[in-house]
Amino acid sequence: MLNILMERLKQGRRTLSFPKGKPPVLPARYRGRPIVAGLKDGVDLGKITFIPDSGIQHSNDFRMAASRREDLVLKGDDAHALAHALNKKILEMFGRSLKLRQVSAGGCNACEADINVLNTPVFDLSRFGIQFVASPRHADGIVVTGPISRNMKEALLKTHEATPDPKIVIAVGACAISGGIFSESPESSKGLDTLLPVDLYIPGCPPHPLTILDGLLRLMGRLRKE
Amino acid sequence: MELFNGGNISLKDIPVLAEKEFREEVILRCREDARLMNFFGCAEDGGDVRLIVILGLSEESLLRVFATKIPAGSPRYQSLTRELPQAQLFEREIAEQWAVTPEGHPWLKPVRYHANYRGVPDLWKDVARQTIPGSYPFYAVGGEEVHEVGVGPVHAGIIEPGHFRFQCHGEEVLHLEIQLGYQHRGIEPLMGVGKDLKRGVLLSESIAGDTSIGHSTAYCEAIESLAGCAVPLRAQALRAVTLELERLANHVGDLGALGMDAGFLPTSAYFGRMRGDYLNLLLELTGNRFGKGLCRPGGVLFDMDTAMAEDFCRKLKRYKKEFEEVSDLFFTRPSVLARFEGIGILPLKTAKDLGVVGPVARASQSEQDVRIDYSSGIWQFYHVPISLAATGDVYARALVRRQEVMRSLEFLLKLLPSLPKGDIRAPLGPLKPERLAVSLVEGWRGEIMHVGMTDGQGALSRYKIKDPSFHNWFALTHAMRNQEISDFPLCNKSFNLSYCGHDL
Repeated sequence: MLNILMERLKQGRRTLSFPKGKPPVLPARYRGRPIVAGLKDGVDLGKITFIPDSGIQHSNDFRMAASRREDLVLKGDDAHALAHALNKKILEMFGRSLKLRQVSAGGCNACEADINVLNTPVFDLSRFGIQFVASPRHADGIVVTGPISRNMKEALLKTHEATPDPKIVIAVGACAISGGIFSESPESSKGLDTLLPVDLYIPGCPPHPLTILDGLLRLMGRLRKE
Repeated sequence: MELFNGGNISLKDIPVLAEKEFREEVILRCREDARLMNFFGCAEDGGDVRLIVILGLSEESLLRVFATKIPAGSPRYQSLTRELPQAQLFEREIAEQWAVTPEGHPWLKPVRYHANYRGVPDLWKDVARQTIPGSYPFYAVGGEEVHEVGVGPVHAGIIEPGHFRFQCHGEEVLHLEIQLGYQHRGIEPLMGVGKDLKRGVLLSESIAGDTSIGHSTAYCEAIESLAGCAVPLRAQALRAVTLELERLANHVGDLGALGMDAGFLPTSAYFGRMRGDYLNLLLELTGNRFGKGLCRPGGVLFDMDTAMAEDFCRKLKRYKKEFEEVSDLFFTRPSVLARFEGIGILPLKTAKDLGVVGPVARASQSEQDVRIDYSSGIWQFYHVPISLAATGDVYARALVRRQEVMRSLEFLLKLLPSLPKGDIRAPLGPLKPERLAVSLVEGWRGEIMHVGMTDGQGALSRYKIKDPSFHNWFALTHAMRNQEISDFPLCNKSFNLSYCGHDL
């Protein structure tokens, strides 16, 4: 017992102060929101996989989640419309908590892994009232990863159906948003919003845990005062 | 025909044996000292199918390749599985991909539920239109007191989909059948066409996101071999650095998850956080927490200067100390050990019969590690001792991970201060026509094998991927026999296999 307590003391407090205080700074090589000034055709955050050799320049701004698909297309000097909160009625209904059911549908497990990381002490998701639950019947919405493989389509739709109304749908990662690098495969869909209405798009391959957390907090209206 | 890891041979030099000879040769060699590393089909002119086998001869560090031809007019051969159980999933895969029947296969059922690559009628009617498991009748145990538990494809946690069907008597699992395929994205056909190598490497990074480095390294090595490209040693060293960081992140994370399932939460939280330390090192070096974007055919895209190498060493020394302390706490708790010891035993003989690889194999004292047995690149200059355990239970699989974490850390602390100097990328050049290249990488789950084949114009004509999980899933069902169903999460976690790596 004593050594458990000793180790606990040694471990100390590890939780990020985010969203309070200064936003965390990610390493210089991190590829966040693209710099589009000067790019003619713009960049579709829902399609790119944030690779280093695409010719696109990246900033290290991790905030990228959007409420509408068209807001993911960055053009010229337009300000990036980040995700807005759910409507007041739904927010009141959900209160201060958000229960989500995750569905992995053909993903490579990187998005899943970085959603899981939100449960570690560093991000400590539960302090925001957000929890991933075991059953869709206990959930306020679903979080979908992967290009929605043909073999997972039915299970995904059934999970959505089993979630009580009003429910939200969140697409995490390039694959879920547009099919990503699998969009040309006959086994893959062209994106979650071809099957279900999507309330929040979180781009990345995979998105950094902070990008996901930032998106969820925006959806809950927790970052409004910023 | 024999070749080394990373070698390539002319397609013309691959011996084509008559079916009977082929069969006898595979079975005989595997009874001696060889292991069935790969067994797959590829298209021949006129609709014929060539079945290629790759046997591993670890004593000589050699890979033996030979083939047989299956005529389009009579797409069948006599199954090897009854004599060689490790062939079972390979034969099911061949049956599904090429509509070739392995006659006498004891348990022939679809793997991923997709249409075959030959464009002929599938062996299972409507397999590509059905939702898994389609009309497949799961193996059922009869009896009044026997009950069945079905789990998945959507599980309770944030994990990938798969279906598990348990036949239970009370708490005891008599039989477990696992049906995967839900994550099938059709990667092999996307990879194995034309010359678009840029897309290929991105796909390789997404075969299994938690093994991005392992699979993209294997991809690059196969392509480099086909192109005859000599990769600078510095690039090879940086790939090895990230491969070990990937192993560290996953092994440490697995120990955390095991703690969670055993109900010991302190170390679960600490290991869970420590896993992030390694992912953040990958982020610093490659700009991505999973190392996506690092490996490209010809080398790597990111270098590491002395300051970064020193900083990594400083951090790794600290992580090592933390890991030692937390694992001391974890591995000495009676409540943890009581859940680990004697649970989910995979005997050495079963592990060998099923062709199990990676830490799961080593926990059953099956000595195999690509870094040692088929060393190539930087691994020829650095020796990582093999980590073995004898008991084959959950405890052994946890212990092997603990040892491997320590050895990976020691390796990195040795390599980082003395990274070879030079370039990090060499020009690739065109792929040589009509060749077959094989690359092997010891990913954190075990042996990854990629095989690339080119046509007469030097374009990829077939690309075969094998994730270590392909060998190991069946072993999990064996380890669960006569175990309590409540021990399944723990047992499953101690294997921690990839769904997407299996499903492709």
